[in-house]
Amino acid sequence: MTISRIIEILDAHLLTEHADCSREVHTACGSDMMSDVLAYVKDQAVLLTGLNNPQVVRTADMMDMVCIVFVRGKKPDAMLISLAEARGIAVMTTDKTMFTACGLLYSQGLQGGVN
Amino acid sequence: MPDCIYLHYTVPGDDFTRAGEASADLKLRLKKLGIPPEAVRKVSIALYEGEINLAIHAHGGEIDVQITDDAVCMTLSDQGPGIADIPLAMSEGYSTAPDEVRSLGFGAGMGLPNMKKYSDEFDIQSTVGVGTTIKMAVHVD
Ligand SMILES: Nc1ncnc2c1ncn2[C@@H]1O[C@H](COP(=O)(O)OP(=O)(O)O)[C@@H](O)[C@H]1O
Ligand SMILES: [Mg+2]
Repeated sequence: MTISRIIEILDAHLLTEHADCSREVHTACGSDMMSDVLAYVKDQAVLLTGLNNPQVVRTADMMDMVCIVFVRGKKPDAMLISLAEARGIAVMTTDKTMFTACGLLYSQGLQGGVN
Repeated sequence: MPDCIYLHYTVPGDDFTRAGEASADLKLRLKKLGIPPEAVRKVSIALYEGEINLAIHAHGGEIDVQITDDAVCMTLSDQGPGIADIPLAMSEGYSTAPDEVRSLGFGAGMGLPNMKKYSDEFDIQSTVGVGTTIKMAVHVD
């Protein structure tokens, strides 16, 4: 699925202007614990999180993830968005909860990936 | 590429939001040098966990990086509180991080185990009241 499709499914609002939303992604993970993402994630492209601080972008960047979804209406600040912009990571926010957002994406074909 | 490239970074101890700057910078440089993506990933994760530890456990510290054709070698040194029981600190899930660190998404006790897992050579020396030095190497090829 494309990043644009994720925006549609989650009724999300894109916060980065220059991200390439035609990019194809196949796997995602949802976590508020960046330590766990660093420890257990492998090749997931999308990070769903309710945590709102710059380390979310750092973590996604280290893991070569291309898209961050902030759930429960979390609105990251300008510093976080510009950090993501510089790294070519698409950032969006949705009012949906973590459980609902993950469920919707999963039911539309996004996978949890190997683990 | 020259025989050996040296880089130095300082990790501030008072600004958690800046932890990760060194790993992010090194990651870009390694990519530009044409280091294989798998090695870049290992270096990035190992160093990022190290940086987070410097920021949250040691009031900051210094990072020295040496890049050669064969390996990326990283030395992280700090003058923080030191670690009394290294095997305990190295075990998965052990953490002394306070709740405020956990609310920032860290403190799962996976940092040191991760650093060891993602590096090909790993050495940790620590003296309570003096500080901690960690050496990691990721082989290239
Ligand atoms: N540089 C350091 N200086 C002092 N103590 C450290 C340092 N790095 C790690 N520690 C200790 O080792 C423990 C385990 O570290 P780690 O595996 O990274 O987990 P976490 O950072 O999530 O607590 C820490 O909670 C801390 O007590
Ligand atoms: Mg740690």
